[in-house]
Amino acid sequence: MAVMTDLRGSPRRRLLDWIRDERNQRRIVIGLLAFVIVYAMFFVQLRNTPGVGELMRTFPLPSVNNLIVMCYYAILALGLNVVVGFAGLLDLGYVAFYVFGAYTTAVLASPLFNIHVPWWFVAPIAVAVAATAGVLLGAPTLKLRGDYLAIVTLGFGEILPRLAKNLDSVNIDIGFSIPGNILGLQWMAKDLDIIPLTRLVGPDTNVTGGNIGVNPIDPPILPIPGPWGAQLEFSNSNPTASFVLILALLLLVFFVCIRLRDSRLGRAWIAVREDETAAASMGIDTVSTKLLAFGLGASFSGFTGAFFGSYSTAIFPESFNFAISITILIMIILGGMGSLRGVVLGAFMLIYINETLLPYLGAFVDTPVQAVGGAISAVPLFGELLRTFTLTSYNFLIFGVILILFMLFRPEGLLPAAARKAELHGEGVSADETFGTSSEVAEAATDFEEREEGGLPGAPDEPDQPGGGAAPAGGGGGAT
Amino acid sequence: MTAAAMPAPAELPTGDLILDARGVTKRFGGLIAVSDIDFQIPRGSIVSLIGPNGAGKTTFFNMITGLYAPSEGEIWFDGQNITRFKPHQVVRTGIGRTFQNIRLFGNMTALDNVLVGLHHTLRGHWWEAIAHAPGIMREEARALARARELLALMNLAGRESDYARNLPYGDQRRLEIARALATDCKLLLLDEPTAGMNPNETLELTRFVRRIRDEMGLTVLLIEHDMKVVMGISERVTVLDHGEKIAEGSPTEVRADNRVIEAYLGRGAAGQG
Amino acid sequence: MAVSDTMRLRRGVSTGGRARQVGILVVIAIALIVWRRDVPIWGACTNDLSICTNVIAIGLFQGMIVALIALGYTLVYGILQLINFANGDVFMMGSVVTLYAVRLFNGALGIKLGPETDLIIILIWFAITLPISMVICSLLNASIERFAYRPLRRAPTLATLIAAIGMSFVLQNLGQKLIGISPVSLPNLLSTADVLVVGAVHIKFSHVFVTAITLPLLFALVYFVQNTRQGKAMRAVAQDREAAGLMGINVDRTISLTFLIAGALAGGAGVIVALYNGQAWWFYGFPYGLLAFTAAVFGGIGNLKGAAVGGILLGIMISLNAYYIDPRWQEVMTFGILVLVLVFRPTGLFGSAQSERA
Repeated sequence: MAVMTDLRGSPRRRLLDWIRDERNQRRIVIGLLAFVIVYAMFFVQLRNTPGVGELMRTFPLPSVNNLIVMCYYAILALGLNVVVGFAGLLDLGYVAFYVFGAYTTAVLASPLFNIHVPWWFVAPIAVAVAATAGVLLGAPTLKLRGDYLAIVTLGFGEILPRLAKNLDSVNIDIGFSIPGNILGLQWMAKDLDIIPLTRLVGPDTNVTGGNIGVNPIDPPILPIPGPWGAQLEFSNSNPTASFVLILALLLLVFFVCIRLRDSRLGRAWIAVREDETAAASMGIDTVSTKLLAFGLGASFSGFTGAFFGSYSTAIFPESFNFAISITILIMIILGGMGSLRGVVLGAFMLIYINETLLPYLGAFVDTPVQAVGGAISAVPLFGELLRTFTLTSYNFLIFGVILILFMLFRPEGLLPAAARKAELHGEGVSADETFGTSSEVAEAATDFEEREEGGLPGAPDEPDQPGGGAAPAGGGGGAT
Repeated sequence: MTAAAMPAPAELPTGDLILDARGVTKRFGGLIAVSDIDFQIPRGSIVSLIGPNGAGKTTFFNMITGLYAPSEGEIWFDGQNITRFKPHQVVRTGIGRTFQNIRLFGNMTALDNVLVGLHHTLRGHWWEAIAHAPGIMREEARALARARELLALMNLAGRESDYARNLPYGDQRRLEIARALATDCKLLLLDEPTAGMNPNETLELTRFVRRIRDEMGLTVLLIEHDMKVVMGISERVTVLDHGEKIAEGSPTEVRADNRVIEAYLGRGAAGQG
Repeated sequence: MAVSDTMRLRRGVSTGGRARQVGILVVIAIALIVWRRDVPIWGACTNDLSICTNVIAIGLFQGMIVALIALGYTLVYGILQLINFANGDVFMMGSVVTLYAVRLFNGALGIKLGPETDLIIILIWFAITLPISMVICSLLNASIERFAYRPLRRAPTLATLIAAIGMSFVLQNLGQKLIGISPVSLPNLLSTADVLVVGAVHIKFSHVFVTAITLPLLFALVYFVQNTRQGKAMRAVAQDREAAGLMGINVDRTISLTFLIAGALAGGAGVIVALYNGQAWWFYGFPYGLLAFTAAVFGGIGNLKGAAVGGILLGIMISLNAYYIDPRWQEVMTFGILVLVLVFRPTGLFGSAQSERA
């Protein structure tokens, strides 16, 4: 038995060592990126090729659109991770900043006000607007305890989509007058105008498009002629180009996150998360540190909002709701709060499960379950439920269960930040020391190995790819 | 010799004062935790604040470090009025501290803990960090070197990539001191640094405190519960009881003071002793 | 010592900043007036007192329902310092029970329930449905605690909060399956005929009905918590769980009991709201839950009477908003209140029973 373990262990150890080498990691990442881009470029053609298309359909491969959704959720998750994972501020209303990004884009690049600013200028403006909103909405919450903070941010997350919905006939009148009657008594001949009423906005100015949203929104355009036509358009009519754009944005954001985490500010965030009083007593200005977390975290969602609006060429107030905030939070928890790779993995996995895996599995499961339901249709409730069963319609139940199970059994997430952190400061120390000294790190390292063992042969970049993400596509998703 | 009866200016230590607290009072609702205390620390000295549990020592400490705002009185540090300063502003004037119940950043490595202490001595902005501007890279390298130096000073050289919460108790205490020293302080406040230590470790720590005072030119203020620890290293001792200063002076003087004995051993003990 | 110090400290700071807080509230109030200058908010109310009183009366009745759910939040928060996110969805399950009870009556007994049905039959139906819903929801709530929250009792509060959010998702999905995607209409059982006209106020049968169910429940609960042995145990556990355990109180059982009660209240409210609104919808749990939570915070979370009064005040405000401003601003207003209360007066109007626990 011991010998067997040894035999199995040795190549595994070598593989692990190979993976730990930074140069190899870089190679893997570049290789995977290249693979994913090629996959996106040829996906549609391959899918339409007879023979190959059928073969592809037998695997749960994500479509290019799915990949795009994965990427922009990954950016959102990275942004929320700055607030929740780094600074430890539980924000349940992250969607609020997303609203800012999307609606800034809608206002600046649509027929709504007939303004058509090129996307490349809109995006930085959306980032700035979202970041400002982050600071402004973050400011009043700074002194609140954890759960109150969560609820206040949730409140903001509910208020802003409502504003987006309701601000379709805005009248702003500036003025102030004392009413001539109070409590039914006429005590003055008429209202006393202290500042006469002046109309600032209106009459009935439509700021947000109201219930029907804004449609169309200008997509990002580059004036490069090519096989795609006179100019390159990054919208859902050209998913490959859009994918490359969002992938580039994701890489940019990921890179920024790494730099932030390893900076003086990143250390301050984590210190504030760990112990606010001690952090303040070490010279950290907790107020500005937290505000920076809100602002920078929000700025990423401004980015995503700008992309989402332009890519889908339309936005509706209904697409911004509490479920989005929570979905992003689940991604972070699933991947591991504070761990950048984990967060991206969590986002990829969740979207992959939701958009690709559940429909794929549903194709196998739905019909038999419905047949069973038909057979037992006499049983009240259950018969009916099974007869109309579709796996995809249980997605929130599945996510809810995942959330609870993770809280119960693995609150640190799939790829906790701990192991990563130790690696990072291993520069001056040998790898063995880094992984050998502290029991916590050792534990994380064992987890690494265990998961590697149970993991998939096809996913060398993420040795800790969980079994659940079972697919080559999952490996592709783990590129960054 | 009560606090009120003391002719204050005459008995105050003269010369170069690094900390000068005058008439400091802290009320919590109806409770007076610290009452009208004058307290001075001469530059370069080791001074102790002692007293039984609940005497107001930590409250006084928290007022110096900005965690509490005094209800009355003023605190001057190195020529600056720091009475209304926030904790992080106090640190920037040059006061570093440790906590009675160790408050390290448990999920950060020892090295990172010390780097957090260096936070306010660094100037780099986050956008420079994103761009890896050359200035910030040099600054970070210097900070890293300084942090390693401090860890080595505290005999923690091999521990730098360990998580703070995984360190043994004594190492945690020393790491907290390293973190406080990293703030580049002129005055180091140690809140019961020997709590939970065995006599050997205590002895080692007291030696160490004297050493850093001498080598780094610091001033040290110790809070201690245990009088024996204090007597060995302090040059001046102030005794608090029920929020009032009941004695002040050299360790020998304080040890002989009836009110001190009373406070520690209870009423009646003073008469017998 | 240290804990009480910080607590007192905070109180001291808050008194110091009160002037500033009041100033901010005044600025907000003026901003509101400036913003909706065209809507004569107080003018309308003062010009036509009868409408205004009616609107307030309607708000009062709606507020009682909100209070019922709010008590569930406040009870659980008082004892576990946990915002039980799933509470709103347990309430929604009450409307599921109502829907199925109607269907069962129609199907199995062949009695078609509707506005024309004999009042006696409606009352019998109700007398069966209400306890069943309360029992089902209380068991549901208690099992949620048992399986999702209890194992996390030593974990940070935020872990439990996240588990509660997960539970809420599960229940919403189940409700969606049991009711269907869109809201389902229920027969109009509560007649809206005037029962009593006091001056300008028209009191309808549905209002009397809601009051007749809600008020006894509210009073029974307050009596239970304040006067019975079990209620005292609950308060003891809320004060200090460990000490209560050492004093021989079965902490687990007391917490289970709290969830049972909160679930029963939510289940009762679920039936009443389903009848009052005339429909069941899987998504109702979320807005009503947040409304009730706001009410609980408004009155001072952990404080039973505060939650009841907060619920009623909030009901009145919603009603005024719906009539005089625009019902679609309801959410913005409620969450606005929630945010303002939490930011400027986290202990609520009446002070939180748990404020000592910083």
